[in-house]
Amino acid sequence: MIRCYLEFEKPIEELELKIEELKRLSDGKDIDISGEIKRLEKKVKELRSDIFSTLTPWQKTLVARHPDRPYTLDYINLITNDFIELHGDRKFSNDPSIVGGLAKIKDLPVMIIGHQKGRGTKERIYRNFGQPHPEGYRKALRLMELAERFKKPVITFIDTPGAYPGISAEERGQAEAIAVNLMEMSRLRVPIISVVIGEGGSGGALAIGVADRLFMLEHSIYSVISPEGCAAILWKKDGDIGIEDFPRAASALRLTAQDLLSFKIIDDIIPEPLGGAHRDPKGMAEKISDYILKSIEELKAKTPGKLIEERYRRLRRIGSFKEESASALS
Amino acid sequence: MPWFKKTKDIKTERKVKIPEGLWVKCDSCREIVYKKEIDKNLKVCPKCNYHFRISARERLKLLVDEGSFTELDVNLETGNPLGFKDTLSYEDRIKENQKKSGLKEAVISGDAFIKGYPVSLVIMDFSFMGGSMGSVVGEKISRAAEHALEKKQPLITVSSSGGARMQEGIFSLMQMAKVSAAIRRLKDNGILYISLLSDPTFGGVSASFAMLGDIIIAEPKSLIGFAGPRVIEQTMKQPLPENFQRAEFLLEHGLIDMVVERKNLKDTFAKLFELLL
Repeated sequence: MIRCYLEFEKPIEELELKIEELKRLSDGKDIDISGEIKRLEKKVKELRSDIFSTLTPWQKTLVARHPDRPYTLDYINLITNDFIELHGDRKFSNDPSIVGGLAKIKDLPVMIIGHQKGRGTKERIYRNFGQPHPEGYRKALRLMELAERFKKPVITFIDTPGAYPGISAEERGQAEAIAVNLMEMSRLRVPIISVVIGEGGSGGALAIGVADRLFMLEHSIYSVISPEGCAAILWKKDGDIGIEDFPRAASALRLTAQDLLSFKIIDDIIPEPLGGAHRDPKGMAEKISDYILKSIEELKAKTPGKLIEERYRRLRRIGSFKEESASALS
Repeated sequence: MPWFKKTKDIKTERKVKIPEGLWVKCDSCREIVYKKEIDKNLKVCPKCNYHFRISARERLKLLVDEGSFTELDVNLETGNPLGFKDTLSYEDRIKENQKKSGLKEAVISGDAFIKGYPVSLVIMDFSFMGGSMGSVVGEKISRAAEHALEKKQPLITVSSSGGARMQEGIFSLMQMAKVSAAIRRLKDNGILYISLLSDPTFGGVSASFAMLGDIIIAEPKSLIGFAGPRVIEQTMKQPLPENFQRAEFLLEHGLIDMVVERKNLKDTFAKLFELLL
């Protein structure tokens, strides 16, 4: 299997190649080097654990965008059975960069919706690199309203660089589509659980992310702007941004799951397998499924009115400001 | 080689010195226009009808009955939740903008009367950090919406913004959901919300409250959209169509109700109130 290693994983790659070579050498031969292999495997594990426990925000950004990272449809296939995909916004077209449909998670019927990136050039283009047009957001809302009418919880998976910045998207009202989703999700009468599985790219991510429970995978990111975009605004010189500025911007934006938990924006972090979700998609999917089921269990007893009121309070308290008493000034 | 060498004659320079800001170049038609003429014309270019950006205070004067405005939530001040620092710390950046604009934040809000109709009013000011929406802007808009609901009076917002405020990161992003949720409550309770879009309205502001008006009005030629034109040009790698993201373009695409000239705004609001309330 050809694996894709990130720059900072080079020492891991070297060791793993060595192990594979040793395995090939010993294959069918008498020489017993299993002891040596075991020793190296233990070393790889330690190395990986070291590297992944101290990832910088920029390194996490790269893991979150890793080409092997499981996408929405991977998780849907791993945690549900009988997924029935539903298509189209009934207005303009079907946007393949957002997928959604009905399925069961351990016998529990749910509506699952998520951004979908593509694997391989052809599918990536088909999925528009996970950047939705307005019709994608309108499809998502249509499915959520369907779930509401039949009292099914809504699960959303967030994984997008952002909403598509193109002429067609503007012509069809990208801003309006996102705004309407934010507004309508705030009053949906069924539980909404959102999980950031990779990249949470600004408004395009939030547009399916107004939720009663919001989780992030350990190495996922969620930000108002990409590190590249932030660096371009702050440090662009002579029309060029140095790639050395991206790590700086990633750190400044405080976009990691750990940051967002410390800000109390998210409810919890879902731990990833050692080396990232793509090293063990099945194990990752099981954990995600556990968090979803636990949340539904907590939320299902609440009346729609209570659910909506609590969702409103969750949003309403977000903000960093101080207020001097008016009397002190007047 | 230039034919003539530029010589600096300080004496003459002093003699012909023109007071600064007497003439203005129109952002739209590039004509040089006498500033006083523009000021007299509600900051609208007499040559091409381009509506210049105006400050929140100037906007207030144009829209509400004289002396009827009571400002609310004056004392909100943003924190620096990310500990953000570029060349300046975010705190200093705010101070710099406060000094430059004479405002505490990118938005003013309060109660006012428009031709006798009581309204809750929110006006953004582009000169304060590009009218960007951070925690304070989001909080003031949410409070204004809640206040409108409480007093059962319409909410009017006037937007002029580049979008969410990067310096507050995820806190800014979440303001989009917060204000949209507050707007939803108005709709649930039969409170009218009119959104006026002025040049420019983009990003996290257009993708939240600004595009949620029961009625959406834009000033002529205002640039309005989700992604900025430069970003789109980079993605598309082709020149943008003429008039792209101008108010008239949005009208043509069914995204706003009407384009109204500055001088007619107050009457338009009053007419709408008369018909709806």
